[in-house]
Amino acid sequence: MVMTNNKVKIKTEKLDVFYGQKQALKNVNLEIFNREVTALIGPSGCGKSTYIRCINRMNDVIETCKISGSIKIDGQEINNKQIDVVRLRERIGMVFQKPNPFPKSIYDNVAYGPQIHGLADHKDKLDQIVQTSLKKSALWEEVKDRLDEPGTSLSGGQQQRLCIARAISVNPEVILMDEPCSALDPIATAKIEELMEELKKTFTIVIVTHSMAQAVRVSQRTGFFHLGNLIEVDTTDKMFKNPNNKMTQDYITGRFG
Amino acid sequence: MSKEELLKKRYRAEKRFKFYGLTSVILAILFVLFLVNVIFSKGKGAFSRTTISVEVDFNTEKLELKNNPTNEEIQDTDFYDLSIESLLNVYKTKGLKEEKDLIRIFSPDYEIEIKNFIIENKGFLNKTAIIELTASDDIDQLNKGNYPRHLPEERRRISDFQLLIYDKLVEDNKIQKAFNTFLFTNGDSRDPELAGVGGSLLGSFFTIIVTLLLSFPIAILASIYLEEFAPKNRITDFIEININNLAAVPSIVFGLLGLGILLGTFDFPRSTPLVAGITLALMTLPRIIIPCRASLKAVPPSIREGALAVGASKVQSVTHHVVPLAIPGTLSGTIIGLAQALGETAPLILIGMVAFVVDLPSSPVDPSASLPVQVYLWSEQAERGFVEKTSATIMILLTFLITMNAFAVYLRQKFERRWS
Repeated sequence: MVMTNNKVKIKTEKLDVFYGQKQALKNVNLEIFNREVTALIGPSGCGKSTYIRCINRMNDVIETCKISGSIKIDGQEINNKQIDVVRLRERIGMVFQKPNPFPKSIYDNVAYGPQIHGLADHKDKLDQIVQTSLKKSALWEEVKDRLDEPGTSLSGGQQQRLCIARAISVNPEVILMDEPCSALDPIATAKIEELMEELKKTFTIVIVTHSMAQAVRVSQRTGFFHLGNLIEVDTTDKMFKNPNNKMTQDYITGRFG
Repeated sequence: MSKEELLKKRYRAEKRFKFYGLTSVILAILFVLFLVNVIFSKGKGAFSRTTISVEVDFNTEKLELKNNPTNEEIQDTDFYDLSIESLLNVYKTKGLKEEKDLIRIFSPDYEIEIKNFIIENKGFLNKTAIIELTASDDIDQLNKGNYPRHLPEERRRISDFQLLIYDKLVEDNKIQKAFNTFLFTNGDSRDPELAGVGGSLLGSFFTIIVTLLLSFPIAILASIYLEEFAPKNRITDFIEININNLAAVPSIVFGLLGLGILLGTFDFPRSTPLVAGITLALMTLPRIIIPCRASLKAVPPSIREGALAVGASKVQSVTHHVVPLAIPGTLSGTIIGLAQALGETAPLILIGMVAFVVDLPSSPVDPSASLPVQVYLWSEQAERGFVEKTSATIMILLTFLITMNAFAVYLRQKFERRWS
């Protein structure tokens, strides 16, 4: 166990996930710390995306998906029927692999969340939320003169930052990122990574990534998944320099995966 | 076989395939051109009508009318003697048979036409007016060059004496051709020169409105529920299969359903657009649900996830994001479904829309005909005038169908969005 002064934000215990007959996660115990970037790595189909989709209950959409075990956020159990997923997803934002802005204006993309949650009672307040969110996602300078253009007219990297702005517009506590840079070019990727450095001061970030280099660059903590098992989790530094597990060692040195 | 030969063979096969494809396209175009040509050449005559100029002396004393009569007073006055007198003035006749022949070159509504003229032009009271009266069907066809006047007299409906009158009238420039407004304003009639599609146009209009109001909301709600909310289990699978089956059920079966349930059990008024609309709505429902579901399915799941991830509820993600994106496809599917319903004949025959209705319907519960049924009714008539009327009705119906389909294509292209 790694010692930090940081407090645990998300704690999962004995998490099992089934898609129909297939078990996607096996007995996962993982702690995610407040205001840190936690990277989840592992070969395709290892369950890392499934894991983060459990945190904001996005797996509810999939009918055949069965989740058992405990997921606690700030000590509160969220893996039960009593939890209102709408409230939960307001607290836990998500950014997807492929940028998926709504086919609406840039402004409406960011304003949508605050509107449905009633965070702004008048237009000025909403304008202000949109502006701060776009500034926090480092997109404001590029789009401030064309807020009424469709979000889909932006470049891939800009679209992804728009999606980040959309996620932070409702002021969540956690941002989940599911391979946010895999559809982007290196320059756009660099911008998003820079942005994460900034965002982790306010938010807890969990990022799923295929790129080990990216995990090293952005994260303080790394978890390695393989075939539904969480093999090892530790500080990024330790994981990439001196992992405890042989399998982790093989994966990060490129012997498989 | 060497490589060279094999390559040549492949190229030959490709050429052959292209040739077959091109031939079928050309054949299809030729058929369409042929069809349009036949309909157009047969139907264009129906858009004009023949009139005969007649001098009428509106002498109020003879008509036993007061000075400055009201419309009702004119309406109640007998114009028969004046009409006959004016018609007989057109040509010199001897004996009752010749008089009858002369009067028969006019359409039988001459008295009403004269009366309507004076009601609209009261200034001609106590003056002589020249009125264009509608010619009878036979004279109309003769004037359009469709009448076989070379046949011996006993095999023609037009007598030699009538031909004599006609030729004299043509010589005096008293035979005119005018645009046939009757075709659009009149209801059905036994006399082809007076028959119009006005009644069936209104009937079709009311029918489509009833169909739209019933089928559109039900189909939209059903497809949204089935596509977005319904659990995937045996029951929904069963419903889905049956919707597809219903779309393939022959339309006449829906006619039987309308006959049995709407007319038989519930005693709805027969031959009315209301019953026709309900019957066609049943037929159209699955045909709208299928394209609606397809366009909902075409909205990428990433949009739904994006909405859910910022904390939208399921209903919000559907109404705010999915439905707006599916609307163009939904609308064009609806329009095409309605266009099919507009051209449907068989179910309407079963629920009694084949009735001969002269009056124009003023509401969906008045008996009326509809455009495709009008085509069917007139195609059975022997008079030459109805042959061109049949083709003209087909032209009008096709105009509506093509307009609706073009509108559907326009909607699809205008609102089609690209999403990444």
